[in-house]
Amino acid sequence: MSDPLLSIRDLRVSFPTRSGLFQAVRGVSFDLGRERLGVVGESGSGKSMTGRAILGLVRPPGKVTAERMDLGGQSILNLPESKMRALRGARISMVMQDPKFSLNPVMTVGQQIMESYRLHSGQGGRAARDKALDMLRAVQIRDPERVFDAYPHEVSGGMGQRIMIAMMLAPDPEILIADEPTSALDVSVRNEVLRIMDKLVTERGMGLIFISHDLNLVAQFCDRVLIMYAGQVVEELAAKDLHNARHPYTQGLLNSLPRLDHQVDRLAVLQRQDSWRDQTPPLRSGA
Amino acid sequence: MVKTPGQGGLPPVNGGAPGFGRIRLRRRAKNVGGVALSLVLTLLGLLLVTFIIGRVMPIDPVLKVVGERATQAQYDAAYQAMGLDKPLWQQFLRYMAEVLRGDFGRSISTGHPVIDDLKRVFPATFELAALGTLIGVFVGVPLGVIAAARRGGWIDQIARVVALVGYSMPIFWLGLMGLLLFYGILGWVGGPGRQGIIYDGMVPTVTGMILIDSLLASDWGAFRDAFSHIILPASLLGYFSLAYISRMTRSFMLEQLSAEYVTTARVKGLSERRVIWGHAFRNILVPLITVIALSFGGLLEGSVLTEIVFSWPGIGQYITKALLAGDMNAVLGGTVLVGTCFVLLNLISDILYRVLDPRAK
Repeated sequence: MSDPLLSIRDLRVSFPTRSGLFQAVRGVSFDLGRERLGVVGESGSGKSMTGRAILGLVRPPGKVTAERMDLGGQSILNLPESKMRALRGARISMVMQDPKFSLNPVMTVGQQIMESYRLHSGQGGRAARDKALDMLRAVQIRDPERVFDAYPHEVSGGMGQRIMIAMMLAPDPEILIADEPTSALDVSVRNEVLRIMDKLVTERGMGLIFISHDLNLVAQFCDRVLIMYAGQVVEELAAKDLHNARHPYTQGLLNSLPRLDHQVDRLAVLQRQDSWRDQTPPLRSGA
Repeated sequence: MVKTPGQGGLPPVNGGAPGFGRIRLRRRAKNVGGVALSLVLTLLGLLLVTFIIGRVMPIDPVLKVVGERATQAQYDAAYQAMGLDKPLWQQFLRYMAEVLRGDFGRSISTGHPVIDDLKRVFPATFELAALGTLIGVFVGVPLGVIAAARRGGWIDQIARVVALVGYSMPIFWLGLMGLLLFYGILGWVGGPGRQGIIYDGMVPTVTGMILIDSLLASDWGAFRDAFSHIILPASLLGYFSLAYISRMTRSFMLEQLSAEYVTTARVKGLSERRVIWGHAFRNILVPLITVIALSFGGLLEGSVLTEIVFSWPGIGQYITKALLAGDMNAVLGGTVLVGTCFVLLNLISDILYRVLDPRAK
């Protein structure tokens, strides 16, 4: 891989608590090219916090440190807020879990899409309106004029998430972080939303960080997968090699899923081991 | 072939876009009907309560009219003239009709019809309460928002102390100290009362609010004088409503600032000011309006202590004096007026909800 979009070495995020320093992310390293990178782990494994750290959204008293965090060859580690703001939305963007909460309930869909586009493109209202309608069409909303004037509570969850994608891709960012983008959606619209997101990301040659707890989904949808446990990457492998995972945690996760191809009488329960917490560097294969 | 209406398939579907707008309008019209009905019912309830209080109070309304030394015949005549021999429901209808005409009877302590007294004292209270609320809103809301945005910062600490003092200081003490300092020592403001003696009665009464009446009469001297009299009590009331409003604003904002859509706004790269005022603040408007309306309503009741300290001829003083004198007509008239104000304020905040929150049905 030449010239990664994003290059991260030894990223750490910590929060002071009464019982000492809590480390949410403990030394994560990876490179992201124009590819779909899955980040999998259970809740609390630090996968969302990694996404927020990249966007500079870890609020004080949380602290972000890293050996390196480069975007297109330039360091974005602890940039001043004003510089970070110019990157956010314009070069790195994020889609969050539940459109019911991540869209502002008192602004129309159109206003919300135009807002980010106008901010980063410097275009006027007319151009922004056209762009917003184009983006709505791009996420396959059939009646964009109507949706443009609708409020978030007037659209369905699947549509809300497509609106979210339209909004975040409007200023043409290079990297999209999708933080559990389909977890709050109905299974029936999940694939549609993923397909639309995949198409747009691939067409534009963007890098995608897909954060999920759903191993199967990530295996289907991504090129490469990072498995996180307790704030660390324990294994990194190509999505197609997932069934050959070597780390006991990954194997445990896989074994706790129901299978279609053969009968499993009793699903295995994941037995965590303390030794997984301090195992570096991550196991790598295929990638 | 010429196409005639009704021919050739389905009619066009409303120009393509059925539009949420029209549906919304219709829904709103229906809501307004419901609101109006509940308004009428609430007012009826209010009248029923004041009517019952008037009947169960151990004060004989007839004696109050005819006096202690009236003969039995005079007493009976007055008793009948007041309709007290009729069944209760007829008395209530009569009471309602009187109230609708603005006839609350005559006040025994002042000798004037109650409605005339209210026309005099209510504008004084309204003027003071409105100015106090304006101060409370224009200082309290930004203070609360900034305190929430910089949680734990020095502005937050100052706001906390300001609110604490506002909650715990007795208002009459602050009022007296304010008069001592700003009127007695510094001479920056006018003293007690609404006007200085030379302006008393000089401005023709239109609304009864001297600030507005003097503006209408383009009498700048009177305006300045009235302003120098009202500013101290209004600031005092403003301070108390500020304490309440800033605390509520802060807690509403903290709730919104942890919401996901605020993160979305930050991800977009919006400035912190835009995130706070453009996104989060718009979401607290609805609860905030309730808080402001309640606080204003509380001030409209007339803050008796402030009115007494500043010799302000307002409705709080009026009702209190009437109550001590057993002047039920004045008390009930004042109660109906204050109650109606509360109902109207609720109505206004209800309407504002619908305007401000697209989710309100």
